[in-house]
Formats: sequence, C-alpha cells, structure tokens
Amino acid sequence: MDQLSLLFEGFAAALTPMNLLWVVLGALLGTAVGVLPGLGSAMAVALLLPITFSLDPTAAFIMFAGVYFGGLFGDSTSGILLNTPGNSSAIAATFEGHRMAKDGRAAKALATAAIGAFVGGLIATTLVVFFAPTLVKMATAFGPAEYFALAVFAFLAISSVVSESVVKGLASLGIGLVLAMVGVDGPSGTVRYTLNIPQLFDGISIVVITVGLLALGEVLHIAGRIHRDPVAQKIETKGKVRLNGTDFRKALPAWLRGTGFGVPFGIIPAGGSEVPTFLAYGTEKRLAKRRGDKEFGTTGSIRGVAAPEAAGNATAGTAMGALLALGLPTSATAAIMLAAFQQYGMQPGPLLFERSGELVWTLLASLFIGLVVLVIMNVQFAVLWAKLLYIPRHYLYAGITVLSVLGVYAISSATLDLWVLLLVGLLGFVMRRYQFPLAPVLIAVVLGPLAETELRRALTVAEGDASILVSSPMTIILYSVLAIALVVSAVQHIRHRRERREEALAAANGVVREPEPETGVQPVMAGSRADSGADSNASSGTGSSAPDDGR
Amino acid sequence: MSSRTVKRTILGVAAAGVVGLALVNAASDGGEATARAKLVLMAPAAPGGGWDGFARESQQAIKAGGISNNVQVVNVPGAGGTIGLGQFAQMEGRSDMLMVTGGVMVGAVELADSGVSLDQVQPVARLADDYAALVVPADSEFQTLDDFIEAWKQDPGGTSISGGSLGSIDHLLTGLVAEEVGIDPADTNYIAYSGGGEALTSMLSGTTVGGMSGYNEVADQVEAGMLRALAISSEERLPGVDVPTFKEQGVDAVMANWRGLAAAPGVEGEELTELMEIVDEYRQTDEWKDSLERNSWTDSYMVGDEFEAFLEDEIERTQEIVEGLGL
Repeated sequence: MDQLSLLFEGFAAALTPMNLLWVVLGALLGTAVGVLPGLGSAMAVALLLPITFSLDPTAAFIMFAGVYFGGLFGDSTSGILLNTPGNSSAIAATFEGHRMAKDGRAAKALATAAIGAFVGGLIATTLVVFFAPTLVKMATAFGPAEYFALAVFAFLAISSVVSESVVKGLASLGIGLVLAMVGVDGPSGTVRYTLNIPQLFDGISIVVITVGLLALGEVLHIAGRIHRDPVAQKIETKGKVRLNGTDFRKALPAWLRGTGFGVPFGIIPAGGSEVPTFLAYGTEKRLAKRRGDKEFGTTGSIRGVAAPEAAGNATAGTAMGALLALGLPTSATAAIMLAAFQQYGMQPGPLLFERSGELVWTLLASLFIGLVVLVIMNVQFAVLWAKLLYIPRHYLYAGITVLSVLGVYAISSATLDLWVLLLVGLLGFVMRRYQFPLAPVLIAVVLGPLAETELRRALTVAEGDASILVSSPMTIILYSVLAIALVVSAVQHIRHRRERREEALAAANGVVREPEPETGVQPVMAGSRADSGADSNASSGTGSSAPDDGR
Repeated sequence: MSSRTVKRTILGVAAAGVVGLALVNAASDGGEATARAKLVLMAPAAPGGGWDGFARESQQAIKAGGISNNVQVVNVPGAGGTIGLGQFAQMEGRSDMLMVTGGVMVGAVELADSGVSLDQVQPVARLADDYAALVVPADSEFQTLDDFIEAWKQDPGGTSISGGSLGSIDHLLTGLVAEEVGIDPADTNYIAYSGGGEALTSMLSGTTVGGMSGYNEVADQVEAGMLRALAISSEERLPGVDVPTFKEQGVDAVMANWRGLAAAPGVEGEELTELMEIVDEYRQTDEWKDSLERNSWTDSYMVGDEFEAFLEDEIERTQEIVEGLGL
C-alpha cells in the first residue's frame, strides 16, 4: 500500500529523541492553554510561530501537532472539574462530565474524555491519511441551502436537550439568539444591538458567553446559597479511579458514535466542532432515555462524556485533512497552521502532496505521535487533576473566577469583554435561580448565526426564490429525515397519551392492568414537545441548579 | 489525600495560570522607549489574520537585521482593524510604536462610520501589495472576462459573486469593475464570506457564478485546474502569473491590497524620520526579501509624502465606491 509506506517514511523522519522532546513540549503547552478558559490552541500556535522560524520543519510540525490536539485534550478538563469549558468545543462534554465529577467520578470522566479525544483523533487522522482527496469532494457538495438544512436539522435534533419546560427552554433559546445577533451583520453590513460600542461590532465572543454563563454564573449561584446549603462535604471518590471493563464497554460505542458525527464536520467550513459535539451529546441523551439509563442527567453518564469528546477531536482530525488537501482552513487553529506551512514554503492545497510530499507525511506521522503522547499524558494526569476538587470550596471558586476573567481578557485584551462577562454571569445566576436550562442558550449562540447567514445567502444567490432551499438531493434527504422523525415522535406521543387515558379508564373500571414501562416508547428524534411530558430524568442544562448541590 | 499533594496541585494550577498570563501579556505591556531600543508593532487583527502575518514577518526582519533590540507584536482584533485604529489614535506621541494598516482598513473605516479615520494617525510607508482576481469554477461556461461581463450586464442579480467581508478589497473591486463596465454597483449581487476559504468552497460548490478573491489565496486551485482566473487587478501582468489584467482587457480597474505602516498621532520630526529609517533598513534585509517571495507580495515601497498622497487618493476613491455600492 502506497500510503502506508509513505507514512512509515514519515514516522522514520519524525521519530528522533529530539523530536519527541518537541512533541512533549507541544503537548504540555497545548494542554495548558486548552485548560485555561478563553485561551485556545489557535493562540498558542500563533505565539509559537515566530519561535519556530528557527527550528527545522519536522521539529516545528511535530510541536504544532502536539499543540493542535493538546488544546482539544485540555479544554474538557476544566469543563469536567470546574464546569468551565476551556473552549466552546468542550461545552457538550461539560454537561455530563461535571455531573460525574460531582458524583466523585472525576478521574473516570477525565480518562474517558482523554481516551475519547484519542479515539476520535486517531480515526479521523487515519481517514485523512487514506482518503483525503475523497473527503475533500464532500466539502464542495455543501452550498448555503445545504448548510441551512443542516442547521435546522441540528436545531431540532439537539432540542431534546430542551427538556422540562417547553416555555423555559424556548425562552433560553431566545436569549441565546439575541446574544448571537449582537454585532455587524455579515451579509448586509447592518449594525445590530451594539449600543454604538465599536468593540461589539464583531459580536460577543462565544467564549465570553460560555465562561460567563457556566463558570461565573455557577460561582455566583454557589455564593448566593452559601449559608443556605448544608456545609460542604468532601466528595468521596467512588469505586476505582481507573476505567474498568464495564466502563470501557459503555464508552466504546459512544466514542465511535461521536467520531461518526465529528468526521464529516471537519471538512465543511462551518460551525466548527461545536455542532458535532452537541449532536453527539443529543444522541447519547436520547439513547440513554430509551435504555432507561438513570445516570444520564443525574449522576453523570460516561457515554455523555465519551461521545462529544470523540466528536470534537475527530473534527480536528479531518479539519487538518481539509486544510492539507484543499487549502481550506476550517478552524482558527487551522488558519494559523496554514501560515505555519507557508513559512516552510508549503502551500496547502490540491498540489501539496505532489510538491512537498515528504513534509506532509512527516506532519501526518507527527499527528499520530502527538495523539499517543497526549493520551498517555492525560490519562496519567486524570487522577492528579481530579484532586483539584479537594481544594476547599472558597479557594476553588475564587480560583475559577480569576481564571475566567483572565481567559476572557486574553481573547482581545479588552475591558469591555469583562463587563459583558459579568453581565452574562449575572444572567446565568438569575437563570439558575429560576431554573431556566442553560444549554439552549449555548446551542442558539452556536447555531443561530449559522442558520441565519446561510438562509440569507441561499436566498440572495437565488434572488429571493425560496425553492432553492429544497433544490438538491442533500437538502431533500435532510428535510425528509426530519419530517419522518417529527411524524414518528408525534404519533408516539399521541399513542402514549391514549394508552395512559385507557389505563386511567381501566383503573377507574377496576380492571387491573400491568402498566407499560415508560422508557420503551421514547421518540427517535425527540422534538421538545414530545419530550416535555415524559421526561423521567429531566435535566436543567448543567444540573447545578438542583438544590442538592452542596459540597 | 495528603496536604502535600494539595499544595502541589495548587502550585500546578498557579504555574499554569502564570504561564497563561505570560502568554497573554508578553506583548501587551511596555512603557515609552526609543524605537531603536524597543519597538512595538500593533497588528489590528487576531493572531493568524492577514495583518498579523505581516506584523510577524516584519518582526522577523527587524530582529534578523538587528535594527531594533526588542520587537514585539501586539494584537488588537476587531471590525476590520478599526478597533485597533481607534486605540492607536489615542496613543499620542508614542514614538516606539508602529501600526500595520492597509487597503482593508480604508474600506472598513468608511463602512464602520465609528468616528475614527486614518487622518488621525501618521502614515509612514507602504511596503507590500497583492492583487485580487476574478475567478470562475473550471466547468463554468465563461472562458474570458468578456463572456462574464456580457452575462453580468444582462442579469446583474443572477450573476452572483462571492468574496471577502463587506468593505474588503474583493467587495470594492467588484463595485469598481461594475462601475467601469456600466453596471450600477448597487445592482450587483455580492455574497460576503468571512474568509477566503469559505468563499472558495462557495465557488467550488457552484453556489455563486464567480468569485473575487486575493489571487494568492486561489493560485493553487487555479494552477490545479479547479478554478479559472479571468482577470487580475494589477497594473501590469505579474511575473510568473499567467493571468491577464483587467486593464489589458479594456476594464480600467486597478486596485491593490496594499499593506503598510503608520505611526501614532503627534509623532513627527526626528522621531518620525527614525521610524522611517527603521522601515527602510528592514525592507532591505534578506529576511524581508524572503518574506515577500514566500507570501507572493509585490514590493511597493513608498514613503513619506508620496505615501501620504497615495493614501489620500485611496480614501477618496474608496468613499466613491462605497457610496456607489449603496452601503
């Protein structure tokens, strides 16, 4: 096999003791910036660029590979432990991960996330090695109409996260849409909701919203209840710290499902890794409900961590493929990597493999090495990191506040961001107080602008002719699946209600009848309406609004 | 759980925090000093953005030539560079700073209408240009610029053109070409994308009829036969680029995506001369020549009064185009 021998040559070039030192350095740095909220691997690579001018290309690439994936390994760590995702790609893994941490299974959650990131990255990178040109063709099948269909699909598919109260869920969604709308509107140049503050012209960064809502909101919430909740108890570590066979059996299918979501999204330049992570999370949640999994949404499900993490890293893996084979930077980090390649005279694009094949295979080999180093490092660190939770609450939350503010300030060194952070934090506090779910806000922030821009692009290109939205096979398939799922869930909902009415009737008539188990009749694609009635293990976004929250 | 482990963990977190701080603030502090001892280059873009690349290439050249003892790059991203411009305009008399500027900023200033303008800073030099090209997918029916313009004239709305964000060189050039061939720029159907990569896929997926894009961003796709370049916005044909100019095909649309440097307001006399000398020295280093070649930038060195006059013309022309586009 041609690719295989080329790849081995790449490994031969990359595997020297000095290069291993560089990859460890890159992995450490990447993990560190990933852990800190706001600082992403994009910034780390940008800051490293001038330094690597003096390195030889192989050493530089192998270090970049460590940083590139390291950021994605690190971002879920702070999310799981502190409910403060280091990056938007870790939001979805935070929901269940933080619950696991509260349940005393932090180390397991961290290890699951690390291995998930490894599995996702490994599969995606392998696909890139063998199928890069084929994968790239997929990207060109996507026009604005397809993106819009995808966004609508994702909105509804994820809306199962909107549970409990439909009204509250929709209100949260609305808040998110408003936050996402701030800034200069791309297609028309119109300034929206900026109060004439120039710093808001580029909109509110999703990092500010995430950190404010999840981290600062949580800190305020805990502070607000400090004398009402029982005195903090230390979380006892439950069971074995390491993953055991049962855990693996549970997590493995979830890792693979997550990877399945992540792989296609790396290639298409929209939405980044947030959409697939949320899709993966939504799927796990639905599966958990069908299975009657009581852990999901309460004590934290290992699957709910595994799938989004794998999805996030799978996206990063194929994004690298799209960058190399088409010259398409589908993420901020990839855009900076593009600059890095150019500095060594490589121009990513259709001619790259011909022109600088040797370097490309070295880089691909470096990605594999980076992944292996990172998974070893992070699984070892998991136990150590988990001990962070033993820090007394007042120190821990003070630390979270400092890290949040620092991370947000790092984005663009603007004090205005800090004020916005504070406001969003207060919003998060109020929403927790009145038990509004937080996840829909974040979903709206991610998907809202995508849906809006693509809809308008599609209509502009077609000069207002709405039929363009259903003019390609891809859109027709997506909408059909959506329609079928909605019909199925509606039918099941009605049947479910009728059964209940019959039961009530039967009970009134004095006939004894075995009740159906609730979990067997959950809809495949749960719309928010179908969910509201029968959600037995309802969640409220992050779970932190539950009163039994005290440590 | 021993207290030692707790301490170690806290230490670890603190160390991570310090590393973060160091990363963040490494470049953003700095008192006043002479430019030879310490020079700060402000890139009004995020790390990885076009101006960031320009600033970092300049940093390398200055370092390599030993022209200033300490060069740092500060990023102030936002709104096409106008956030950075707004901040820089407040830095009265800072003779140790240079801000990266360029054609995109001229467009952004006109579009943003936020009260800042390039008049508020002191132009220093223009250093490097690249040019935009009109491209179509390889399977497009249009073989030449004339084919394209004919169809465009007949149906300006149906002939959609993708490109960078509103007010970018891509957008302005679209307006200029339309004006030149007798189409009302306000009738053009311009689909703005936030980055070259996205605009590129929109063309490859057949969403838009044509695309206006920085030539360097699509050069490889053109060479690989995925896209066809119909015309480029340079004055004359570029060496090594087999693409005819707009001008030689009878459309008088010459527009450069230029990059240059400006000094803070109130920097004049000797201090300004010093900055100009620094720029002149670093553009002669081998490293800078490498940078030009690597990025396929055209050396368009222009300094002092000549540059100021050019900038004035550029602002005036941009205002006209922006008005024509109905923004």
